[in-house]
Amino acid sequence: MDITALFDLAVLDGAIRFAVPLLLACLAGLFSERAGVVDIGLEGKMLMAAFMSASAAYVTGSAWVGMLAGVAGAVALSLLHGLASITFRGNQLISGVAINFFGAGVTVVAAQSWFAQGGRTPQLSGAARFETLNWPGALTKIREINDAPLVMRIYSELISGHSIITYLAVLTVPATWWILYRTRFGLRLRAVGENPAAVDTAGISVVRLRYSAVIICGILCGVAGAYLATSLQAGFTRDMTAGRGYIALAALIFAKWRPWHALGATVLFGYLQALSLRPDVVERIATIRVQGQLLDVLPYLLTILILAGLIGRAIPPRAAGEPYVKGQ
Amino acid sequence: MPQDCPAISIRDVSKSFGPIVANKNITFDVMPGTIHGIIGENGAGKSTLMSILYGYYRADTGDIAINGQPVQIANSQAAIAAGIGMVFQHFKLIDTFTVLENVLLGAEGGRVLRGAMADARTSLEALSRDYGLEIDQDALVSDIGVGMQQRVEILKALYRNAEILILDEPTGVLTPKEADQLFAILKRLRDEGKTTILITHKLREIMDITDTVSVMRRGEIIDTLPTSGCTPQKLAELMVGRKVMMQVDKAVAKPGPAVLQVKGLSVTDERGVQRVKSISFDVKAGEILGIAGVSGNGQSEVLEVLGGCSAAQGDITLNGDALPLKGRGSDAASRRVAGIGHIPEDRHRDALIMNHTAWENIAFGYHRSPKFRRHGMLMNDAAIQADTAAKMERFDVRPRDPYLAAKNFSGGNQQKLVVAREIENNPDLLLVGQPTRGVDIGAIEFIHQQIIALRDQGKAILLVSVELDEILALTDRVIVMFDGEIMGERQTAQTNANELGLLMAGMRQEAA
Amino acid sequence: MFALPKWADIVFVPMLSLLSAAVISALFVAAIGENPWLAAKVMVNGAFGSSYAWGYTLYYTTNFIFTGLAVAVAFQARIFNIGGEGQAMLGGLGVALVCLYIPWPHWSLALVVSSIGAAAFGALWALGPAYLQAKRGSHIVITTIMTNFVAAGLLNYLLIGPIKGEGMAPATAKFPETTSLPSLADLLAPIGIPFSAQSPVNITFLVALVSAFSVWVLIWKTRLGYEIRCFGQSVRAAQYAGISASKITIVAMMISGGLAGLMAINNVMGEAESLVLNAVEGAGFIGIAVALMGRSHPMGVVLAAVLFGALYQGGAELALQSNIPRDMIIVIQALVIIFTGALNNMMRAPVEFAWFMLRGPQTRGTKD
Repeated sequence: MDITALFDLAVLDGAIRFAVPLLLACLAGLFSERAGVVDIGLEGKMLMAAFMSASAAYVTGSAWVGMLAGVAGAVALSLLHGLASITFRGNQLISGVAINFFGAGVTVVAAQSWFAQGGRTPQLSGAARFETLNWPGALTKIREINDAPLVMRIYSELISGHSIITYLAVLTVPATWWILYRTRFGLRLRAVGENPAAVDTAGISVVRLRYSAVIICGILCGVAGAYLATSLQAGFTRDMTAGRGYIALAALIFAKWRPWHALGATVLFGYLQALSLRPDVVERIATIRVQGQLLDVLPYLLTILILAGLIGRAIPPRAAGEPYVKGQ
Repeated sequence: MPQDCPAISIRDVSKSFGPIVANKNITFDVMPGTIHGIIGENGAGKSTLMSILYGYYRADTGDIAINGQPVQIANSQAAIAAGIGMVFQHFKLIDTFTVLENVLLGAEGGRVLRGAMADARTSLEALSRDYGLEIDQDALVSDIGVGMQQRVEILKALYRNAEILILDEPTGVLTPKEADQLFAILKRLRDEGKTTILITHKLREIMDITDTVSVMRRGEIIDTLPTSGCTPQKLAELMVGRKVMMQVDKAVAKPGPAVLQVKGLSVTDERGVQRVKSISFDVKAGEILGIAGVSGNGQSEVLEVLGGCSAAQGDITLNGDALPLKGRGSDAASRRVAGIGHIPEDRHRDALIMNHTAWENIAFGYHRSPKFRRHGMLMNDAAIQADTAAKMERFDVRPRDPYLAAKNFSGGNQQKLVVAREIENNPDLLLVGQPTRGVDIGAIEFIHQQIIALRDQGKAILLVSVELDEILALTDRVIVMFDGEIMGERQTAQTNANELGLLMAGMRQEAA
Repeated sequence: MFALPKWADIVFVPMLSLLSAAVISALFVAAIGENPWLAAKVMVNGAFGSSYAWGYTLYYTTNFIFTGLAVAVAFQARIFNIGGEGQAMLGGLGVALVCLYIPWPHWSLALVVSSIGAAAFGALWALGPAYLQAKRGSHIVITTIMTNFVAAGLLNYLLIGPIKGEGMAPATAKFPETTSLPSLADLLAPIGIPFSAQSPVNITFLVALVSAFSVWVLIWKTRLGYEIRCFGQSVRAAQYAGISASKITIVAMMISGGLAGLMAINNVMGEAESLVLNAVEGAGFIGIAVALMGRSHPMGVVLAAVLFGALYQGGAELALQSNIPRDMIIVIQALVIIFTGALNNMMRAPVEFAWFMLRGPQTRGTKD
């Protein structure tokens, strides 16, 4: 068994890349669930955003315009979820599942109708994608990196050389923490997820607060989707989220609805996803050869294990999933 | 402001929920600097009225004036702005927040909390000193007792500069001593010129502390009068619309051997708090044993454990046979087979499936019994329906429609269905929790008679009630629980409300 | 607010929901530059225009009856099983093992044992999430989705490795001739009704109808069904009545998984006659829409399954004749779930109001 293989820099770099959409989706879910709205529909919103951003980026040639379009698409689905679960007090799980199907279907139909490339968008290149930011002094050539000392390699490969969304995503963590624990909005948000009646009788609108949370959730999902289509990959493909919305929810439970823990949880999942693409590294670690198809299911299996309570009891916000009805 | 201008003036306020009229043409005034009581039975419409005043519900028609100024109270924000504060029966607090955060919520004074927190801390300290409201600002709400939680609710209102304070059934969760402390606070608020509305169904509280009182019945104000000019009997008559019998006719009990024996029973809840602390007692054949106590002192847990709804440690035997308290054989089905019937405290939550028909509910819990079974895995629907029709006849359940959903019966008739089901299964031990909560007077008498009739057949009955009147009227022997322990045991005929009240407050010496 | 009679609730509310979904779908079709009216005509014709079309419609209907019943049984216990897809995949594995590795003298015996194999594999695949929900409180919506992914990975692995047949495709070998199920045409021929022999509808359709009836008996006539319904209405009350939460969760989920697994005798044994990759084709997910549309009642599920069978077949026909891809069916399915499930209260309000205006207030019910 080769312990050092666990810290293979290419795998760690991949871990960061794969963690970004999970982190953004996880924080999206955090805002929503902290406000008492369970959102199974992260997946569908990301998918919608991925498609919208890829389309808009292709048409305009700007990744930023693409991101705006992606955010708009995800927020639209968020509002649908809000309509169903806040205004009409419907079943939040059913609404979320419906949004996932809607995202899966509509993106492919629209992609086929607009671009006629079998349900995908055309390949993006140049400014239509988010370019990587190379930090001062960072090495960019593979050969140079391989010859450099360890600190330089870490700096060049892990710290530098990611897209701007990656750095934004990392900054979102302290920002979320600050909003949640240091602002009036955060106090009210946490309150409405625990006891909406207390918020209502304190003279604050439960509906407005929850819609705000759901919209923030949409924005973050939008950025996550845009990252998938315009940064991690170069365009939209059918079902490209591949269950990330659900994994993000598992990470949220793992993180017990706390922002910094969400960062840790999603990096762990990102690492597993990166690992599942590298059978050679797995072979060095496990010393046996594992079929690629079986490696693919690694993140999903870990999700189940985490939900099975490897982490001890996770207590969700008390009012999560419950529509607010006055006088109950 | 002129002294003759009422602090609150309500004119012709009505409110319906769909076809149900909750408030009808409500009209009354409350003068500033007074304590005004509103008394009425459960379901008389008191809480709805106060929720309208606080902007929690909107009235269909009518006018409200505060200090002579007409106001539209569209939401709680408007009520707060008009100087109204409310302490709900079920506190509106966030368990995971500190006391300070709870007070701050909705009155933060800025987008960012820093600074606001410090300011709030200072003014809260001043407020709690001025009114004698002792609190710990940094404690989590989940860690403080109900008495302090209530003080937090009052402080929340005062922090928002409330001049009018509404308290909805504030003593339901308090010991008599805590209730006295609350009343002292209310008097102090009155001396400071605040106006208080006290909603209650307890006559004693009205007599003790209010200046004026309005009596509500079936959504209407029957009368508003100065407290000094009325007697408890007169108020009671106004409340129910006819003479009430506080005494239930029953013969002297002839207790037989112990049916249920409980030794060292302890219950720990899921958060690890010990709710019942190694208590022992027995219930004899042919007697009604009451457990008195303020709600939340472990009585509910005792009932749930005996009924097989939750696990515990200790030993219990029924007719000499040990009953397991956890794992296999400790579930509610096994308890029923062993001969325990259970009328639970909360029939909506536990005893009935509201969307199911009456006949399906009559089988509830007994659906595996041979009389309701057809061959194989099938239920015998026809037998259950016939049985339901017969029970409805004997217990005078109206309407007599076995196919009507449980939710469409009135509270009293729902409870009759439950009582019929549990009594007619002929249990050796009947567990009864708050049998008359939310039940009309007529049904109360009927249900009490049924329980006594079962006792006279030589069955054992364990009654949990927070209503001292019910305990005194119905039981033969009473034990009092406080903080998970038994404070004392009395023969009902040889005790009184005063003595039981002291025991309920945990004061063993004073009561002895 | 206003009491609506049960039959109006069952008939009018889903009708209005369906209408809303249809209108939005039509707008969507128009938005991508196609004529919704023509599209609808193509779909109706493609689904019902010939006995061949009917054959395909009923073939898909059969799939959706199974997956719809699966979701419906879980719904009765207020459990949301979105793992029908994976459970049906595993059902396919069960069928393949029975058909490939046991020599069968006659299709009827093969059908019986294949059914058992399909149901058993589906039920076992549901057992994991059910157990975790019952004993550890793990969120069953997420765990069942995860088991879908795991099932896909597992079959992917098996079909290119251990149970791969000859040839290039990731599929098992063709099942033996003796396991070939009679088609509906074969069954109708003796009684003189001509039916398209090319369409894949087969005897499994009858098995599906029998299953629907059995589920009705189970839910409304047996003690187990009574317990499932009580548990689904109130977990607290079920505990008071001595109904074991973990037992009901596990049993209801295994029945649900078994029904989803049973679907495999239709698509794997009846149609493909070998286990291929992605054999389920989303039928597990469509079961959610079918169950919601059918109000979790077997009769409703059968009717909704016919509707979705027609949509599916009509959609396939549409994809051939226009630029509207087959994924349009997923959009319609999502819209049906949104309107009948998530926005049920929104759909109910106008129906209740209309009822109220026509009939006057109902005076039943009390409020404290």
